[in-house]
Amino acid sequence: MTRRPELRNLQRDLYYFRLRISVAGSIALLLFLILLARFAYLQVVQHEHYQTLAEQNRISIVPIVPNRGLILDRNGVALAHNYTAFTLEITPSKIRNLEQTINELSHLMEITTKDRKRFKKLLEESRNFESLPIRTRLNDVEIARFAANRYRFTGVEIKARLFRHYPQGEITSHAVGYIGRINDADLDQLEKNGSLANYRGTNYIGRAGLEQSYENELHGTTGFEEVETDSGGRAVRTLSRTPPTSGNNLTLYMDLKLQQVAEQAFGNFRGAVVAIEPKTGGVLAYLSKPGFDTNLFVDGIDTQNWELLNNSLDKPLVNRAMHGQYPPGSTIKPFMALAGLELNKRSPSFGINDPGYYTLPGSSHRYRDWKVGGHGFVDLHKSIVISCDTYYYGLAVELGIDNIFNFLGHFGFGKKTGIDIEGERSGLLPSQAWKMKRFKQKWFAGDTVSVGIGQGYNLATPLQLAVATATLANQGAQMQPQLVRQIQNSKSGVVTAIPPRIMSKLPIKPENLELIRNAMVDVTRPGGTAAHAALGAPYAIAGKTGTAQVVAIKQGEKYVASRVAERHRDHALFIAYAPADDPKIALAILVENGGHGGTTAAPIARALFDYYLLGKLPAHSVVAPEAPGGVEDSEHD
Amino acid sequence: MIRRFWKFFIHHIDGFLLTVLVFTLLYGLFLLYSASGQNFDRLLSQAISMLVALIVMWGLANLPPQHLMRIAWPSYVLGLVLLLGVALFGEISHGARRWLHIGVARIQPSELMKIAVPMMLAWYFEKRERSMRLSDFVVATILLLLPVMLIAKQPDLGTALLIAASGFYVLFLAGIGWKVILSLGLSAAALAPVAWSLMHDYQQQRIMTLFDPTQDPLGRGYHTIQSTIALGSGGLFGKGWLNGTQTHLDFLPERHTDFIFAVLGEELGLFGILILLFLYLLIIARGLYITSRATTMFSRLIAGSITLTFGTYAFVNMGMVAGILPVVGVPLPLISFGGTSLVTMLLGFGILMSVATHRRLVKQ
Repeated sequence: MTRRPELRNLQRDLYYFRLRISVAGSIALLLFLILLARFAYLQVVQHEHYQTLAEQNRISIVPIVPNRGLILDRNGVALAHNYTAFTLEITPSKIRNLEQTINELSHLMEITTKDRKRFKKLLEESRNFESLPIRTRLNDVEIARFAANRYRFTGVEIKARLFRHYPQGEITSHAVGYIGRINDADLDQLEKNGSLANYRGTNYIGRAGLEQSYENELHGTTGFEEVETDSGGRAVRTLSRTPPTSGNNLTLYMDLKLQQVAEQAFGNFRGAVVAIEPKTGGVLAYLSKPGFDTNLFVDGIDTQNWELLNNSLDKPLVNRAMHGQYPPGSTIKPFMALAGLELNKRSPSFGINDPGYYTLPGSSHRYRDWKVGGHGFVDLHKSIVISCDTYYYGLAVELGIDNIFNFLGHFGFGKKTGIDIEGERSGLLPSQAWKMKRFKQKWFAGDTVSVGIGQGYNLATPLQLAVATATLANQGAQMQPQLVRQIQNSKSGVVTAIPPRIMSKLPIKPENLELIRNAMVDVTRPGGTAAHAALGAPYAIAGKTGTAQVVAIKQGEKYVASRVAERHRDHALFIAYAPADDPKIALAILVENGGHGGTTAAPIARALFDYYLLGKLPAHSVVAPEAPGGVEDSEHD
Repeated sequence: MIRRFWKFFIHHIDGFLLTVLVFTLLYGLFLLYSASGQNFDRLLSQAISMLVALIVMWGLANLPPQHLMRIAWPSYVLGLVLLLGVALFGEISHGARRWLHIGVARIQPSELMKIAVPMMLAWYFEKRERSMRLSDFVVATILLLLPVMLIAKQPDLGTALLIAASGFYVLFLAGIGWKVILSLGLSAAALAPVAWSLMHDYQQQRIMTLFDPTQDPLGRGYHTIQSTIALGSGGLFGKGWLNGTQTHLDFLPERHTDFIFAVLGEELGLFGILILLFLYLLIIARGLYITSRATTMFSRLIAGSITLTFGTYAFVNMGMVAGILPVVGVPLPLISFGGTSLVTMLLGFGILMSVATHRRLVKQ
């Protein structure tokens, strides 16, 4: 029928059809070229950029925490060391219901309320993505049991960790200190120091004592491992490794045995002992009693233990040796006497007639001697041996407060001693300027009177008293007290001794020093205030007893120890060095509420001397455990 | 005897197309070995799928286009019914209703529509060839939009758009006026905001992340970021086969399926990509050549649509990996792991070969 037009149409249709095919083909080609351009851009132009991104994707830097340096006593006994243990750790950010997870875990192993409490505390202090220990020191059975169930617990894992341990516990607590988990404030501090990088992976930092002050030595250098990881963060293989450098080991002057002797000698008393090697300033013993178990603090202390320690009347957390400030009492007298000699206010032969009190010219106020009725004729020697107060009231007034301030300052009173742990207090050595600044008041002569017997404004820490005593023993050269004797480089093994450092050197006439020494030796001989404690010692002890009032006694009232509540009794003090002719050890002892220095403090000194000089350990406790004073009322310090 | 059998065997096979296809498939296996983490089981399973798909292709190649035409509208209707079934009783997986249980098997009717829709349209235009009017295009458009809407509703926007494209190619080759195309394009642009508001949240997000993948680097942007890193870090010659760090350290998601192209780019570099682009272009060129020499309206339209759809799949997948198109679940044709898409693809090439080898018969 109409075949022809259709055929022509077909030809034309075919033409149009092929045109459209070419258009489609061209568009397809164009699109492919666009893709090609995109690929060329990514793979050629931007290649380096993406290569970096790919490397960052796959390589992560894993820190390797260094072993913390050891702290050893002078004989190499460990005071702080590390051990490896397995911990069960939770990463809170990976866990939906923390409470439920812990409950489920408690079916596998024991998780005590203590553990939970400690974990809770850690949780508050740390950031979410850190993994925190819920249990430490897992045993083999617990490890196996968790391993079999680990698929149920994402975000919970077992880790091998190095733990810090303080084998000597309470005895060394205030000297060695402890480490604690790093918190946000520490991180800020580390960032400021620029040492944040070195603490990547480290969980602990020194919090107190030597652990804190020698943090830089003890921490070591963190190592790094370049690890190829997959998208899940799992390590596939190690690419390179920079090993960590362990922290350096500290060897102390401290003799653990001496420390133990001191601790034992204290019995049930509270107080502090600091024993110093006079020539070097090396701290041989440093005890603040009671101490506390520093191990509790390592992984965050639980609230129960914390409250126990913090609220205890005995204040075990207070570092009495450097933080406790007490009136130095009569222990100040040898220094006052020396000032009198050196400043030519007193000669050895000069003496007073002690009526049992002192009055300032033109005043009726009586400054009482501890002995009613007085000691009769008292010269310099006797004033120290029997601890006459009246002698020193007058001496102080004659010297004047500013002379006292200058002279005693050379022995370290009123200043920080510079010991190598933090937190010491400077005590108080009063002066006119100080009073004006502190109270906006003029200094009165009356203020000076009681300074002479260490009962005025003046305050000293046991550490300061020990340093002053050591200075006396060391011919007036004040050495900086130093706990650490040497530092051993963990990498090279090289031991570097810390050189002794002179803080101040006062040229004192040898004959004056000898006068004082002889008087102090007689303190520990029959007739002296500490005669009892030195009985039978084969070496000479130069010492001075002291008493620090806790409660002020009213004018005309008499102090009777047995009537005063235990906590209101006087603190007993004793400073001494031995052997007197060649001092090897100088010390200061404070016994809180111990009453008389000669009764409670001096026997402790004797125990320390016997051990340190003779190697003799006490057969039994040398301190009468209860009721000091009273009986020996006549022998008040 | 053997020669006669061989002749029968290759009689309806387009040698050129087959050669290029086989090369591409082997290239795919080569990549899959690395992408699957040297998993032989997966390789074997893919090889078996290839064999099955090649047999299906051979079968289709031997089926004359007229026979194919006869099943065009029944398969379209069947597909439409199944799609309705999905909409009503379909099984929900991954938040979308795409699967239908029929007795033992679980089928995805949208897969069938990838072939059925262009066949239906080609059949329709073949029927109306002698007196084609604008109204025919309207009817054809409705025939196209019905299944597209149903699939988009599942929701499977990627597949819906690709089926719409395959249908559009039929309309285009059938001679729809340029003005109509232009006005369609403009109205599509005008309707885009409306479509946007009708989209599901996750669909909107996919498009948003295309413009700024860093917006959500660990979520929706993760795929794009990691695949562009893989491509870019590959450079000119790549990190070497089996040595892709993005691939083997698990950074690249869906690396043996939709994102296998990133493996190619990372391990074999731009050079490796050029080989694949070349193979794809050869296939498209051959397909268009066959199309241009086809003798009937139906065979022309179906061959053209299949070829252009193939090109579209390749473009969309590569564009998605390269970060210039949104992430839609489109496999890289002939390369990605997965039997279904392979069979659908080679089924299409079977039709293409049938068109290529039956033209003389038609003439006679």
